[in-house]
Amino acid sequence: MSYPSNMQDSLNLVVASRERRMSETFPRATAEAKDELLKGFHPDYRAETFATLRVGPNSGDRTPRELADLLEADSTLPEVDSLKSNIQNPDHDCDILIIGGGGAGCAAAIMADDAGARVMIATKLRLGDANTMMAQGGIQAADKDNDSPAIHYVDVMGGGHFANTPDLVEALVTDAPEAIGWLEDLGAMFDKNPDGSMKTIHGGGTSRRRMHTARDYTGAEIMRTLRDEVRSRDTIRLLEFSPAVELLTNDKGAVTGAVLLNLNLNRYSVVRAKVVIVATGGSGRLHYQGFPTSNHYGATGDGLVLAYRAGAHLAFIDTMQYHPTGAAYPQQILGQLVTEKVRSIGAQLVNSEGEQFIFPLETRDVVASAIIRECQRGKCVTTPTAVQGVWLDTPMIEIHRGAGSVKRELPAMVRQFGRHGIDITKEPMLVYPTLHYQNGGVEITADCATNVTGLLVAGEASGGVHGRNRLMGNSLLDVVVFGRRAGVVAANQAKERTGDLQLGLAHVERWRRDLQQKGLGSEVKSPLLLPDYTRKAS
Amino acid sequence: MADTNLIDIYIMGERHRVPDSLTILQAFEYAGYKLIRGVGCRGGFCGACATVYRLPGDYHLKFVLACQTRVEPDMQLTMVPFYPANRSTYRLSELKGEAKEVLDLYPEMLRCLGCNTCTKSCPQDIDVLGYVSAIVRGDLAAAADISFDCIMCGLCVSRCPAELVKHNAALLSRRIYGRKLAKKSAHLARRREEVTAGKFMADLAGLKKQSKDEMKKRYAERDIEKGE
Repeated sequence: MSYPSNMQDSLNLVVASRERRMSETFPRATAEAKDELLKGFHPDYRAETFATLRVGPNSGDRTPRELADLLEADSTLPEVDSLKSNIQNPDHDCDILIIGGGGAGCAAAIMADDAGARVMIATKLRLGDANTMMAQGGIQAADKDNDSPAIHYVDVMGGGHFANTPDLVEALVTDAPEAIGWLEDLGAMFDKNPDGSMKTIHGGGTSRRRMHTARDYTGAEIMRTLRDEVRSRDTIRLLEFSPAVELLTNDKGAVTGAVLLNLNLNRYSVVRAKVVIVATGGSGRLHYQGFPTSNHYGATGDGLVLAYRAGAHLAFIDTMQYHPTGAAYPQQILGQLVTEKVRSIGAQLVNSEGEQFIFPLETRDVVASAIIRECQRGKCVTTPTAVQGVWLDTPMIEIHRGAGSVKRELPAMVRQFGRHGIDITKEPMLVYPTLHYQNGGVEITADCATNVTGLLVAGEASGGVHGRNRLMGNSLLDVVVFGRRAGVVAANQAKERTGDLQLGLAHVERWRRDLQQKGLGSEVKSPLLLPDYTRKAS
Repeated sequence: MADTNLIDIYIMGERHRVPDSLTILQAFEYAGYKLIRGVGCRGGFCGACATVYRLPGDYHLKFVLACQTRVEPDMQLTMVPFYPANRSTYRLSELKGEAKEVLDLYPEMLRCLGCNTCTKSCPQDIDVLGYVSAIVRGDLAAAADISFDCIMCGLCVSRCPAELVKHNAALLSRRIYGRKLAKKSAHLARRREEVTAGKFMADLAGLKKQSKDEMKKRYAERDIEKGE
């Protein structure tokens, strides 16, 4: 007996209704019904959890309080005067400094290296320690005959509530087939049919089956392939455990490098670069509104802080993605991702009474809102640690697709729950939304350019591609497409940029003056680098 | 955490009293460690938190991921956040895609004693000996398939009496398989050519010009492919 006794009654209702539900399709929600669900239940609409920025390029814009605190914070560096001599003598010189060693950073490094640029990657933890590694469900690309980039485009825009930046969506969908081909050329293995065609499935909000998968290790497969390719190239220099703590600028405000902090040695170093690519990923570890997160330990929004302080404009920072299905039980894996692929291959969401309440492949924001609604109206299960959740009925997959299909398609999920005594081939999972993705970030063009000269941004740290809600399978695509673009553009820019590479912190001095003028204290410092979970019992 | 039971665990020999509901990773943090090494994705995908432990009265070593494993009373544990593992020098694009290339680059694979200690030490329950054997006999398809769920934590490497760096040989096998041996997708090759030829540019330019209301209408009316 893997679930505690207080959850058994509800579990019995799920089992009892399964046969009937197998032939039931819950109707898709109308545009109006979706709107109502979002406004009523999505965390983005809890106005009291947001703050209005008082300083910097986005003054007047709303963002979650936790992010606002860091964006409005002081630099972690000491007085700039005390650093001047150190900064003038860089420890490293390169054409392109890539901050972040995840999917976008590695893709950029490979392309820039191909173009002959001298590349350096500085990353906070190990190379490949990133949300990319944790993505499970798949990567989208319109490469089947019944599909096209234009059809993909419409799906992306609808998923993002038509707020997405059209040029970015065009780049995303147009480059997608090439991205898949490039990954395969690098040796990534996708799930295939015997004739070599890609096995593709639906994701929430897709109108074609264009989700390419690698079991439920899709992100891990892509990340370890890119990481190994980076390691194959001795021309790419790599600094691990060395996050950037501040960008460096010249007297015109253009970015010319960064200050890094070696976390093992607690020692600063200075890098001069002709172009800097920020590929630092998301910010789930800020735990907006107290949500648990599916994100990597290092997802603390550092890149947004650095870029913002150097004058970069942010976009869509008032919207976060809550993945509908984070683990709600057992407590040990609370908030960890239960891939959308579980629903893609046939599992329904079921409330405590054993009834469906939403079409399983609505977009994530809509499904998450529906689950929150079920819990607010009491149609949920409460665990012994007072966590609420609804059921995700995985045994349906086995009935539907045959014995062994869950283990074949979802080995990571089988392991994750199996380690805690839950056999998801026979029993459903209990789930609740978990903080998953930063929909917005630094505003970029299709060339990954920002409003700051010398600064490019790619991947989850950027904003505009996904509008107000990202579709499943478009983040892995995003990091590959825009990582590649950033690498190519940076290599070109580096060739053109010859002078003007003085290293300074005038932007930090100006920032400190601005804080003072606005009466903002300097108690909070950022970037955060790592969350602090010490002496906490959850 | 009202009804929390506290238990003793021994982190690198030092006793700590922690709630029994925690994972090993959370127990480190509860005890006061702010980790830089031995922590990564916290979701079982990155291999940063490989951990070895023993329980009292049991000589067996246990191999787990700290982020995926609940503490047990009186466990003696240590993380193994890093283990030396040589990586051969190669560029995949310069390899021919022959099975023997893996053995050329990792010749020590042939030293395998067949003891199966690697399999017993895998926190992912992968048949490590199975894929090492596949590499030795030149079956890269099998090696790629068996090793696919490897998160490269290195515990198998740490335990190998023949000193094999298996996870790197497995990674190379998968990359060779993915690039050279897996059957190609005709539809993907076709679509890559079409994109290069600019086939979709006009459609997308048209879509980009559409008003929000036009896009909404188009989205609402899109036909959706049946099936999963």
